[in-house]
Amino acid sequence: MSLAHAVSDAQVMVTRSTRRSLRDPEAFSTALMLPIVLMLLFVYVFGGALNTGGRYVDYVVPGLIVLCAGFGAGTTAVAVATDMSNGIVDRFRSMPIASSSILIGHIVASLARNLIATTLVIGVGLGVGWRPAASPAGWIAASGMIVLFILALSWLAAAVGLLARSAEAANSFAFVLMFIPYLSTAFVPARTLPSPLRWIAGHQPFTPVVETMRSLWTGHTSTGAATGHEAWIAIACCAAILAIAVTSASWLFRHRTTR
Amino acid sequence: MASGITKSFGGHLALDHVDLAIDAGSVFALLGPNGAGKTTMVRILATLVRPDAGTAAVAGHDLLTDPAGVRRSTSLTGQHAAVDDKLTGQENLEMMARLLHLPRRPARARTAELLAAFDLEDARDRRVGTYSGGMKRRLDLAISMIERPELVFLDEPTTGLDPRGRDQVWGAVRDLADDGVTILLTTQYLEEADQLADTIAMLDHGQVVARGTADQLKSSIGTEVIRLQFGDRESYDRARCQFEPVRADRRLHILEVASNGSAAQVRELLGHLEAAGAPALKLSTHRPSLDDVFLSLTGGEAATTTSAATKELAR
Repeated sequence: MSLAHAVSDAQVMVTRSTRRSLRDPEAFSTALMLPIVLMLLFVYVFGGALNTGGRYVDYVVPGLIVLCAGFGAGTTAVAVATDMSNGIVDRFRSMPIASSSILIGHIVASLARNLIATTLVIGVGLGVGWRPAASPAGWIAASGMIVLFILALSWLAAAVGLLARSAEAANSFAFVLMFIPYLSTAFVPARTLPSPLRWIAGHQPFTPVVETMRSLWTGHTSTGAATGHEAWIAIACCAAILAIAVTSASWLFRHRTTR
Repeated sequence: MASGITKSFGGHLALDHVDLAIDAGSVFALLGPNGAGKTTMVRILATLVRPDAGTAAVAGHDLLTDPAGVRRSTSLTGQHAAVDDKLTGQENLEMMARLLHLPRRPARARTAELLAAFDLEDARDRRVGTYSGGMKRRLDLAISMIERPELVFLDEPTTGLDPRGRDQVWGAVRDLADDGVTILLTTQYLEEADQLADTIAMLDHGQVVARGTADQLKSSIGTEVIRLQFGDRESYDRARCQFEPVRADRRLHILEVASNGSAAQVRELLGHLEAAGAPALKLSTHRPSLDDVFLSLTGGEAATTTSAATKELAR
């Protein structure tokens, strides 16, 4: 298998997965509506009642980004599970192609979907008065954080999709991922939480990811920790998730399809 | 080309030392009921499943030592059309052509040829999700033909299709055969094997129970089948224990027995029944069908096959 062929296979699979995303109007429009609706909901409905020590829109944007990424990962898990239950994967496997290309197609499409959603969150945020104070370097660092987080979550979703026996089972993954951000500092500062939840918020990967972005955009974290400290934890968490998810997804892909 | 293929799943023996020999350029049918092991056999030959024992040379490549060679020279069309419902017919073909590493332009040209050859030009820009069953299978076959493989595996190509779709697929399979492609198809329909195949192997419970051409198989049970209709259950039951029938239907009081079709044998048969106190009400003869061969080999009573067919319909 030459590298040129592997690259070409991956390209074809990316095109396929992207087309499939665009032609699933239900999931796609939900993915586009979600950032807008949530932004308006959190800023105008809940925001007035929440005291985060500043304007709530400045606080909540990173939280909405991870929430939408959680939803996007659910979509990816469903897409992978649907594919695995379809005879087309057998056909792909009976062809002389790089088997990694099928998963790569899903991952790249997932990244694209999620980055569109993220861009929407940022755009709508700016529209409702979000004024980030980040330098260009800060923006680049924040973008890097988002891409790394979405990449890790996408691979995790692919692994879950391979593990799930059906699209319905994979869908419940989305529900879990949309719930976890609420138990972090995404929407309220940790100090306002009762102590068991505060402990959870302090020890789960969504918190350092959110805090890293928040700190890059507003100049300080809500936990009081230094930016660099949160960033290293966030990067380590994402790298660990990525390593485990890539390994298990690759293993599951070989294993599940040779049944 | 295959010898001693054996495979079991969790203690259940799916294939028991199956040997097959398929002539290049011929159509070979693997015929059997659900669960006979047809799909497992095809999946093994297409390198998707490893056999527990046995080996095969597929299109000149050893199954175990050169699976990549097997993949290059064969193509598999499974029970469920392996096409992407969200893409159009043209996109499906182009995608597969690109995955076979045709450059973009030749991929597009080959796609156009195949859309025409399989009568799908009008539907080229429609999503495959809107295709009829017959169209999906034809697209599936068209994909199989992108690189003109030496051998095509067709796993139950017409299962679940309406008669029109079935005829369309049969036409496409005949065209492939005319082009000199070797075809191994599995089917549970005797008529399909009869219509398409040069050679047939009947598979039951993982074993080959008969093999030969359709004519050889039919004549193996006699030249004629005599169908006897009885007036009531009692005479049917009395007659039933006199013969080893090809087919028996207790509900309709019908027995079918193999015969050489001579008047003498018919007379002898009727006399025998008379003597046993089970006179036949009606008698007719017909040429044996592959159904008769299959039922006589597997010892299946019509009642059980009928209920299996009913279950199939109810699903």
